[in-house]
Parts: sequence; structure tokens; C-alpha cells
Amino acid sequence: MVEDRSGPIELAGIYRRLIGARIRADWQYRTSFTLLTAGQMLFTIPDFVVVAMIFDQVPRLAGWTLAEVAFLYGLSDLAFALADIFVSQVESLVPLIKQGSFDRLLTRPMSPLIQVSAEFFALRQLGRVVAPILALGLAVSWLNLQWNAQRVLLTVMALGAATVIFSALWIMTSAITFWAVDSSHATHSITYGGRFLTQYPLSILGEWLRRLVIYILPLAFVAYLPTVVILDKPDPLGLPRALGYASPAVAVILAFAARAIWATAIRHYRSTGS
Amino acid sequence: MSTEPHIRMSAVRKTFTVRQRAGRIRRRRVEVCAVDGISLTMNRGELCGYIGPNGAGKSTTIKMLTGILVPTSGTIRVAGLDPSRSRLRLTRRIGVVFGQRTQLWWDLPLRDSFDLLRYVYRVPATRHRANLAAFSELLDLGPLLATPVRQLSLGQRMRAELAAALLHDPEILYLDEPTIGLDVVSKAAVREFLLQVNRERGMTILLTTHDLADIERLCSRVIVIDHGHIISDGTVEDIKTRFGDVRTLVVDLAEPCPPLDVPATEIVQVEGPRQWLRFQRDHTTAAAVIAQVADQAQIRDLAIEETHIEDVIRRIYTESPATDTSK
Repeated sequence: MVEDRSGPIELAGIYRRLIGARIRADWQYRTSFTLLTAGQMLFTIPDFVVVAMIFDQVPRLAGWTLAEVAFLYGLSDLAFALADIFVSQVESLVPLIKQGSFDRLLTRPMSPLIQVSAEFFALRQLGRVVAPILALGLAVSWLNLQWNAQRVLLTVMALGAATVIFSALWIMTSAITFWAVDSSHATHSITYGGRFLTQYPLSILGEWLRRLVIYILPLAFVAYLPTVVILDKPDPLGLPRALGYASPAVAVILAFAARAIWATAIRHYRSTGS
Repeated sequence: MSTEPHIRMSAVRKTFTVRQRAGRIRRRRVEVCAVDGISLTMNRGELCGYIGPNGAGKSTTIKMLTGILVPTSGTIRVAGLDPSRSRLRLTRRIGVVFGQRTQLWWDLPLRDSFDLLRYVYRVPATRHRANLAAFSELLDLGPLLATPVRQLSLGQRMRAELAAALLHDPEILYLDEPTIGLDVVSKAAVREFLLQVNRERGMTILLTTHDLADIERLCSRVIVIDHGHIISDGTVEDIKTRFGDVRTLVVDLAEPCPPLDVPATEIVQVEGPRQWLRFQRDHTTAAAVIAQVADQAQIRDLAIEETHIEDVIRRIYTESPATDTSK
């Protein structure tokens, strides 16, 4: 008798195979796939150029140099791109639900969230990692920091946490799809809007917006707070430095919240069948 | 083996809330009852047809039996499990084919879909090989394994769907319109296969269909549902005797005539000198109808057509017209 649930390692194996299938399927349409990937790459570069252009006018932005902002931007956008590849397409649930194909996923012995994220795994979004990696590379070469183990570890941790935070936001906002079938325009203000907010130093934001991204929609933990610690900057806002280390904890909390919201959404779907 | 039926539904109801426009902005919430107090049991190894007009509640029933939908009230037991609570556990023991949707990976060779399903269901490799070999043989899938699913014809795809639904050795198979849109040959292949797995593997099979040939060829038992109620449950013969008191007299006249006028009958078709007269046994008799036809025209030949299941079902449907609310 087979166990009812797969262990995490086994699950990772199945997930890998499902993603493999997605990639092979995408590769059937090579030209489209290549163009989309290239397009994604080109799309994201102007984002950083805009940031850089601001520094053409002012030497510092709310106490931050171009190199520091480049690091902030790179960290935030690399995390966003990774979340984009793995889960952002979960919002494409709408056609799946409308056609009734979502039912099919519920008859398989596997979490529908994992199936959906594998189904929509978007390797073409890989183009998006180019701009943030360039920005991070520039930042590191300009900043002349000492890259000891602690700093490297902190950076990797911050990147992981930021990816999880963005992923959780995508999943939460996608779950709304189950109630309001075409809600993507509204929910993009949280995801894409959130991405925009994390690309700049928190100190340029107004007081209430700052409070919002620290306490309510914890976007400050994506890049700003960890960057302050990694770059060893005095924080003009005077926030406790410990917050810079807290992003993994915030990520875990958000991941659990996303899971709970998703589970509620599935329950709702199963009782209404909408 | 336990005496508990393989599938049991007791007083199962499922209501949906539908929002309707009421005025310019206001929306009214309306309760729609898709399944209204259904009770039925199926024993292990039964092959049962589940029919009814569109919107009668067939798909909703199947979705509750798989655990996709949670019933509003009532209890369901499938293979000893409560489907909505133990949905994940149940998935390994049931196979599901939704005729109009696919569970195959559209852009990949068919073989890949079977392979992926093996991992999703974690079927041991030897078991998987044996099943795949058996199903490939029965359904003639061998030549299709390397073809991308999107290039398969509907009939080929349906055969592949059947194999895909059964690779994990389910005890129960639900099929929602498995023969829809198929040509005669493919329909026959699907039916033959279902009979075979039912007989040889003792699989319990519940299928919905609009194709009454499916019912006549396959099902020892037919459940008819309409407006969320079971209106009939028995063998095909039972239904014929219960609803089949309609007969058709076919007469070949000496020469083409305008439609005859015979009381208590209905002319259903006129084809040259041949006319079809339908009548109900309790309204008139064949002898009376023949006598009246003979009064009006010269009869060359005549035949009384046995009740066809199709006519029976058409009658059941038209007597209780359902609003089309199927999804």
C-alpha cells in the first residue's frame, strides 16, 4: 500500500518532473519562447536605467548613493523575478477555473497549489533576472565592501526571504481569483506595486506609506531593511537594526498565511463550485 | 469482502448560490438546487449508467462522489471513505474521465503523460509497466505513444484518457460523457474496453452519457436523474416497461398519401408511401389503429416497432423539461 502523502523529497522530485514537462512543452514553440524570454530581458533593463537617471540629477537619494540603490534594486528585483518564474503565473488560474480544468487537479493525489505552480512554471521569465543581476554586480563592484562569510550569508538569506515574500503575495492575491474571477487588475497593484515600492529606499516614502510597508504589507523586509544591515548603513529612519535580520521570519509567517488563504479559497471553491 | 456497498449516497443535496441581475446594479442571490436529496447505492463491480437531461445534476453528483464538491447536506461513502473529507486518500482509489476535458499533457508525446502520471500517483515501476502494456494492447495505443497529444484525434485521445485514468489501478471509475463526439468505431472501442475492465478487474463503473447505445450495450443498471431527483433506478428492461408504453406502427401504403388522421396517434414521420404512427398502449390498441388506417388507405405492409430505449428516454426528458443550467 502506498502512503497517502508524499514526503517532501519525493514531492520535490515530482515537482521537478512536472516543471520539466512544462519546459519541454514550451520548447515545442521555440521561436515564441525565445522571443518572450528576450522580451522579458529587455523590458526590465529600462527599470534600472530610470533609477540611474535620477542620480544624474542628484548625487544622493534620501541619503543613498547610486551604488547602494543599485544593490537595493538588484536584491528586490532578483527576488521578484524568481517569484515570477515559480509562482506568479498562478494568477492564470482564471481560464483553468472557467474551463473546469481545475477539477481535474483535485482528483489527483497532490496539492493543487503545487500542480498549478508547476503547470504555469514560466521559464520565459528568466529574462527578467538579467537586469537585477547586472545591477547587483555593478553595486558590488562600486561599493568596495568586504565580502566576509556573514555578509554573504545575510545576502543569500535576504534574497531567499524576499523571494518567499513575493511568492506569498502572488499566491494570496491569486487566491482571490476563486471569489472574484477577474481580479488580476486589482491585485497587480499589490504585486507589481509592491515590487515598485521595494526598489527605492524606504526613506523617500511618506510617513504613512512607510508604516504600511513595515507593519501591514511587510514589503520593507524584502530589500530595504536587510540592505541597511548588509551595507552597514546608518539608517536615516532610525529603525531597529534587528529588523534587518527578521526577513526570514516574516517570510515564514507570510508563507503560512498564503497557504491558509489558498486552503480557504479551495474550500470555498469546493463548496460553491464556481 | 464487506457487505457495505462500494458507493453509497444518502439524502444528498447540493445547492449553489447564483447571483442574478435584478435591476441595473442590484444583484439578487438565488439558491439553485442541483442535486436534491439523492440516495443510491452501488455494489462492487457494478456497471451503472447515470443519465438525465443537461442540468439535471449528473456532473454535480460525479463531482461530489470524487470529493471535488462538498455536499450541502447528506452523507456519501465511496470505498468506505467520505469523499469530501478524505479527498486526497480517495484520489488513489478512483479514476475519473471528464469526456470534454483532458488530463493529458497537451504538447508532449502521449508517453510522457503516462510517465508523469506514474510519478504523480507514485505507481511502482513494475506495476506501471504491466498496466501500460495491458492498456496499450486493449486500446491499441502502441502506435500513438510518440505522438503529441494535441495531434491525436478525439477517438484516439479518449482511448488515451481511459488508460491514463486507470494506470494507478483504481477500484472505481467515473466517466462523465466518455463517448461524446466520438465516431462509431471509437465508441465501440471505448465500450469494449469498459466492459473488459469491469469484468476482468471487477471495477465499479459509473458513467454519465447522452448516448443511449452506451446504456444498452454496457449497463446492467440505469439511474435516471432529472431536476436533481432520481426518477428511475433499475435495469434497462425495467425502464422500458415502466415508461415504454409507447409503440410505433409503421405502415407501407399502396401509394403516397398526406399524413393520415387517426385518433389517439401521432404521425412522427412520412416518407413516400411509408408513415410512422406513434400511440400509447393505454390510449388505444394496435388493432384499432390498424383498422382506422385501413379505412383511410390501402395497406401494403405493416410492422410494429418495439420500444426503443431512445424513445423512452426522450419521453422521460420531455415530460419533465429541465432548464439548462449545466456547467
